[in-house]
Parts: sequence; C-alpha cells; structure tokens
Amino acid sequence: MAGKFVGKPIPPQDAFLKATGTAPYNYDIELPGMLYAKLVTSTVPHGRIKRINVEEALKVPGVVKVVTGKDIPYMVGMYAGDRDLLAIEKVRWVGHPVAAVIAESLEAAERAAELVDVEYEELPAVFDPLEAMKPGAPLIHEHMEKYRRLPVFKPVPGTNIANKFRVVRGDVETALKEADIVIEEEFHIKHVSHAFMETQNVIAHWHLDGTIEIWTSWQNPNPVRQIMAESFGIPYNKIIVKIPFVGGGFGGKAGLGWEALVAVLSREAGHRPVKLVLSRKEQFTSGACREGFHAFVKAGFKKDGRFIAYDVKYVLDAGGYADYTVNVGRAVAYSADGSYEIPNIRCEAYTVYTNKVPTTALRGFGYSESHWVLEQVIERAAKKLGMDSAEVRRINLIKPGVSITATGERLREDVGNPRKVLESILQEIGWGKPSEKPKEPWKIRAKGVALLVKGPAQPPKAPSSAAIKFNEDGTINLLVSTGNFGQGTVTALAQIVAEEFGVPLESVRVDWIRDTHSAPYSWQTVGSRGLFTDGIAVLNAVKDAKRQIFKVASEALRCPEEYLELVNGEVRVKGKPWMKIPLKDIVMGYSYPDGTSIGGPIIGRGVYMSVHTTNLDPETGQGHPTIFHTYGGTGVEIELDLLTGEIKVLKAVQAFDIGRVINPLLLKQQFHGGFIMGMSIALFEEIKFDERGWVLNPNFTSYYVARIKDVPPVVEKFVETPQADGPYGARGVGELTMIGVAPAIANAIFNAIGVKLNNLPMTPEEVWKAIKAQRPDLIEKAVKEYQKKMKEVKAVA
Amino acid sequence: MREITLTVNGERRKAMVKDNELLLDVLRDKLYVKSVKAACWRGECGLCTVLMNDRLVKSCLVLAVEADGAEILTAEGLVKDGEPSPIQKAFIEKGALQCGFCTPAFVISSHKLLTMNPNPSDEEIRSFLSGLICRCGTYNQIIEAIRGAQKAYASR
Repeated sequence: MAGKFVGKPIPPQDAFLKATGTAPYNYDIELPGMLYAKLVTSTVPHGRIKRINVEEALKVPGVVKVVTGKDIPYMVGMYAGDRDLLAIEKVRWVGHPVAAVIAESLEAAERAAELVDVEYEELPAVFDPLEAMKPGAPLIHEHMEKYRRLPVFKPVPGTNIANKFRVVRGDVETALKEADIVIEEEFHIKHVSHAFMETQNVIAHWHLDGTIEIWTSWQNPNPVRQIMAESFGIPYNKIIVKIPFVGGGFGGKAGLGWEALVAVLSREAGHRPVKLVLSRKEQFTSGACREGFHAFVKAGFKKDGRFIAYDVKYVLDAGGYADYTVNVGRAVAYSADGSYEIPNIRCEAYTVYTNKVPTTALRGFGYSESHWVLEQVIERAAKKLGMDSAEVRRINLIKPGVSITATGERLREDVGNPRKVLESILQEIGWGKPSEKPKEPWKIRAKGVALLVKGPAQPPKAPSSAAIKFNEDGTINLLVSTGNFGQGTVTALAQIVAEEFGVPLESVRVDWIRDTHSAPYSWQTVGSRGLFTDGIAVLNAVKDAKRQIFKVASEALRCPEEYLELVNGEVRVKGKPWMKIPLKDIVMGYSYPDGTSIGGPIIGRGVYMSVHTTNLDPETGQGHPTIFHTYGGTGVEIELDLLTGEIKVLKAVQAFDIGRVINPLLLKQQFHGGFIMGMSIALFEEIKFDERGWVLNPNFTSYYVARIKDVPPVVEKFVETPQADGPYGARGVGELTMIGVAPAIANAIFNAIGVKLNNLPMTPEEVWKAIKAQRPDLIEKAVKEYQKKMKEVKAVA
Repeated sequence: MREITLTVNGERRKAMVKDNELLLDVLRDKLYVKSVKAACWRGECGLCTVLMNDRLVKSCLVLAVEADGAEILTAEGLVKDGEPSPIQKAFIEKGALQCGFCTPAFVISSHKLLTMNPNPSDEEIRSFLSGLICRCGTYNQIIEAIRGAQKAYASR
C-alpha cells in the first residue's frame, strides 16, 4: 500500500507547541481559587501511628486544613488494591504519606508540613524480599485478603507475598537430567527511578454536586477514573479526568497516582480546587519506582545447542505496596522463554512486600527483568558448549506458525521474523570480526547481542475505541483517549486518518487534552499497545464514517455505492472523476439545489477488542497473555577500561520487526530513546537505601541519568513483516527498545573476557570488582601496561 | 517585598518579590513564562535554563532580586511574528523532542551555543549541553537539529 502519509517521516503534530515552549503541561496549569497541598511523610520504615499533632501546623497563616489517614480511610488500586491515600494506622516505608497540609500558598503548606508532629511505635522492618518471604518475617500487610483486587492475582495471606504466579510446560526435572550441560546462576537488579522530567502532579476539584474534576500528569485518563469510581463508589460519569501535555511517563504514570488523594483533599478543603506537585525528592521516596529483583536459574542444553530445560525462580522486591508490581510478577514469568522455543519450562514468580519505597510498572516491565537473565544464560551456555552464541540463538529461535510459547500459545504465521532481526544486527555490528584496538592498552573492546520479544502485559479484555467527527468545513476531529506523553502515537493515528480520507494531514486534529468525558474509551496507554489497539479502532471508525459518507453520496450522485471512491477528499464516480462531491458538502448532510437535504453530521465510530487473549491457568500459567509479539534485538560495541571498570558504549544497533513502519521519524525516536534509557539504567542507575530503608540518593546528582555526552551513535534497522490484524500490518515497539540493552552490554564483556556480570547496574565499581574476582590477571596486566605508558610519557617529558 | 523590573522576551515587566524568591518562581508564577520548567529545583536537571543578560543561567539557582534590571530570553522569545526561529524549526523537523518537557531548555541552550559558535564540533555540542537532562533520550536528534540550524546562524 503506497502511502501519502503512512510511512512518511512526519514530525509530531504537537512539536510546534513544544519547541516554542507554549505547550501547556499539568505543571503549568492553575485554576481560580486553587489551594496547594504538601505531604507529610513517614520517618520510620514500619510503625504504628500513635499520635499526629497538627496544632502548630494549623497556626501557620494561610493553612486551611490538615488531613490525616483516619479522616479518609480508603484503600485503592488497579490490581492488588493495597494502597491507602494517607497512612491508616500504620506506615510501611520511609516516605509513606502520613498527612497532607492544604494551604493558600505552597510556601505556607510547606512550612506547616514541617510542623506536623507524628509519633510512631516502631515495628520490626524487613528490607530484603528473600527475608520477607520467610515464615515469621514481620507482616507488612496483615489483611491483604480483604483488598479489592483483580481475581487473577493470588496473594498468600499471612505472608508478605502479594502475588504468586507460575508457568509450567513440559517436564523440567527430567529434561535437566537429560541435559548435556546445565547453567546455574543468580541474577540481581536494583531499584531504579522512571525519572520522568515532569514530576507527578494533580489538580482536583470536588465540586459541590459531587462531580470530581481531575487534571493530572498521567498516561491515560480511564484507569484513573475507574479506580476512583470503584474505590469511592461513585458513578463513572461523575468523575472527569483531563490530561494535558505530559512530561514523560515510562510506565510510572499508569494505573492510579495521587488523583484520589487530591480529590478527597479538595472535598475536605471546602470544595476548592487543590494542586499537589511532588518534589523530585518526594518522587523518589513517596512515589513508586521499579522494583528490585532476584532470579535463580537452572538451564539445560544439549551438546548440539538445543535449549531443552529452563527452571527459574524470580523474587520481586515490591516495597510498601505492590499495586501494579503484581502484574510485573506475571509478565516476568510468562516472558521467560523470550524469542526461543524451550520445550520444558518452569517459572515461579513471587512479588513480595518489603519496607521500602513502593514499586510499579516501568517501560518494558517484567520483560526487561526476564531478558536480563535469559539472554545472559544463552551466552554462558554457548561458551560452555564451545559454540558461537549467534548459532545457539539461531538453533533455538521460535518458528512462526509452528512454535509453542511457554504459556502454550502457538505463534501465528505472521508473528514476525526474529531470524531476520538477528542477522541484521550481526551484520551491522560486524559479528565475528575483531574490534579495532583501543589506543590505551589497558582498555578492551567487545561486541554483544541480545534478542527480545514483548507484547502488552494486560488483562484479556482491554478494548479501545475511537471516533471521527467531521466539522462543517470537512476538517476532522479525531477523538481517542490514548495518551500522548512523548511517543507520538496520536500523530501516527492522524496520519492513518488523513491517508484514508485523502485529506491534508493538517485537516486531522487530535486535541492535546485527553479526557474521560468526550473521548471514547481506551483501556490504558501502556505496553506499547497504543498504535496497535487504537490504530485498529481508528481504522474501524474510518470504515464506519466512509459507509455513512458513501450512502449519502450514492443518493446524491444517483449511483450505487460500489461505483464510488474517495480520492483527495472527494467522493467520485469511478471512471467519471468529474462526477464528484467534496467531503465538506456531505459531512453535515448533502443539500440539493432546492434546499432539501439528506444525511446529517458524520461521526464514525470504531472499536478494538483483544482477539484470542485469555486468562492464564492459575496452576500452570497456560493461555494467551498478549495481543501481539514484537521481536527485536540490540547489538553493541563497547569499550571497557580494565583500570576503572568503566564501560563506554561506542556503537549501538537496534532492530525490531515492527510489521509496518507508519512513521520512521517517530520510530527512530523510540529506537534511540529506548537505547539511551536502557543504557542509563544498565550502567548508571540505582536507588540506594540505607539499612533503615531511607533513600540515600533522591536527586539527580547522586542518581545519575544519561546525559548527551554519554550517548553513542545508534543504527536503526526496521524489519517489516506485516501482521494481518495490525493497522497497516504494524505492531507496537515503544517499550521494547530498552529491554535488550543491558544484556547486550553484559554479553559483550562475557564474550570478550569471560567475566560474568550478573547484577545491575554495571557501575565501574561493580564491574571492576567482578573482574578482580573472576580475572585478576587482566587487572594486573592492565596496571602494568598503564605504568609502562606513564614511564614512556615521563621519559618524553 | 520589593519591586523588580525584568525585560522578558523584549517586554518590560515588573513584579513584587520577596528577597528569598527564585527567578524560576517569579518567571513562572508571577510573569507566566511557563516554558521555564523545573524537574529538580536544585540545579541538576537544567530544565529551568534561561538566557539572563545573554548568559545561560539555571533560574532555580538565581534569586529574583539578583535579576533586577536583567534581560531574560526564553524559548517563547525566539518566536518572531508567530514563526519559530531556525533552531526551533530544526527541533521540529529532526524530531528532537518527545514529551517536550525539557525542550525549551535545550532550545534556548542550543540557540546560545550557535550564536557563540555557528559551527560547533560534536564534542563541543556534547560538552555544552551536558548540564541538561532529556529522559526521553532525544540527544542524537538534538545534535541533528543543531546541525540543521547552524547554516541559519552562520549567515546572521
């Protein structure tokens, strides 16, 4: 299908406003009569609240009210339902919001918040999920069985296990015995922050008639409304959630944020609008981050390279609440087999509460973790087998239309071409060819590859819908509620509509505010699903609008519908292009010369509903978890300084089978952006806790995020195997682009010097310690080389 | 409280400020210059960067009273008659923005770089812009945008 717009590198439609600094973000919005809220947060990791003294705080001029948990004892949540709005009776981590001060100015709220005096009775705390799983560990949620959770999640009451999930296929015990080699390893990942630039912030106005108006920096309005309506028992249509421009999400603005709390604060403050903006420190300590993670693996291979058995236990350090992380604990298990067909597999995943900062989804959740493990297992096995790791990957790659996944899903024929992905990476990175020698002899260069696959981790029923509303002049308002926090999906959706109607792209407008009242429903904007799900809904809306248009045109042109076509914004009689009506003369109804009119305003509607996805069997995890699988991979060439342990990425290759490129400019942004975020998390990022659970680095000085100086060139490889049910054949990709980065880097180092890096992040200190432990000879040699060089330099001087 | 005068994007503006008030807050909350963002409030992310008397400053590290009498230029001020400036056009064309929250800071910083040096090396660009964070990772496209705009600056 040749496209006038589809397939073209079109800048995001909102780029003008962003580049000129005039795009309104939630952070920029103020409502008349607005008050400001400030949180008071826990200073102990686990404790009962004995007393909260607010007298001094109330004396601060401008303070309207101080609200505490016992005033608003609601439990909320998307999946696990384990969140309070403010701590009720007890606190579960340092940073747990205990009270909120509402004042006429932020300054007054901040001053008063410091004067709220909270007395705690400390309880024994537990920070390590492996300890927290043991019998007799301090219980963090004593009554988890009472929480309003989604039934697919299985907490273990009386323990700290928020969800237990298993995927079992084949006979892993026997297969491990039959294996020629067995790889046995542990892997660990530290907590990381989403570090979206716009911190979470909300304005809520609980109107006198009970209508709740929310303005929020969030990924999608519908889950916010759903969770608030269900938790408060309020009809959905009395909650209106509006989302303007959003300064980044990365999964950290999915589900529910602070909206329910701020809504209640507005009610408590006499129905005035209230705004809460998290500081960066609060974002690190009171907002949710990505969980910490442990994996224990046994993997069996035959001599010929076949991967026959995979036994893996994952333990997720979920922190004080695990509302979204219970779903991470599912995704990590059902994605365990990655791009490979492994006949015998057993994965157990435990999502475990600890007295640390709570956790939630982060770009690629579950899959980043499972691939960090799996892709290194492949590399280790290849070395042990004396084989090229690329060959081991080829041997085990899934076969479209034939292979069965870990959850027992037979992959569709047009699922994608992982082999082409792999070969294009190998070719671009120069696999098998030695790297150029670095100038400094204490450095080495190396190449590494990781493959990956991902689909959206969502419930089986997760629909989307779209409406196409024509205006009097023939321009189009495209109504969708899928979010726009940087990915540019809505630009791609507008391209599709412009393409289908043959109108200029400028004629199609998606408003920059998403809201639950006027936009059709879309379940969430997560998991790289937007273009796929909402794209299909948009195409169906196009079809519906066209049907209405042709019906009117058929009557007006006195010609059966099948002889009509829509070209360049006109309905024409095929073969007689002079017999035509411009869209604008149809979309509000067609008028004959005598004034009689037919038809009426055109609104096209379309839906997307997940096809064939199912719940997973509670015992074996068998079923169809995702609506598509996108295959891809990352290749890197890195330089390692053996003296310091510092890793520098020199070149990166990103290849993904996205089915069909709708907009190569936006796609390139994702390929680069995902690589950079993945590299930053792989090499630099770790939320550090002290022994009492305090976050030690809640700022961008000691929590380092990649800067422009750290970034290598990135080569993009678009593989296009169209999927029959995707919009123009396209699949989603946004999140996937960061998943392969960390294992590709670790594999490069293992390839070159056989040093295993099982833990993230790969900071210079950790890498150096690993080399020192595993290959001390390399460091000794490097030091000698360095001393030799220094002598030469001195001699010259 | 005392009155200060700022020339913001070519327009003389007055504001009543406290001695401890930040330039960032005065620009955003009193003068409604909302392109000036904040993400750390302590000089680490660079998103509140503005040109003050032709020098780049992080407005969260400047007291409003220190800026009394200063000329302030922000991303909004680069627009002439509704037309984005060459650097803004290049950011749009090269896709050098995703969520856009950091974009005004990168735009004004890149503008300053190109006015000083219309032909910077990659190393100079990287070093000049490393005080700013873009979490979406548009760094490579920002370099392309600077390359795309440099001709316009060379001919000025």
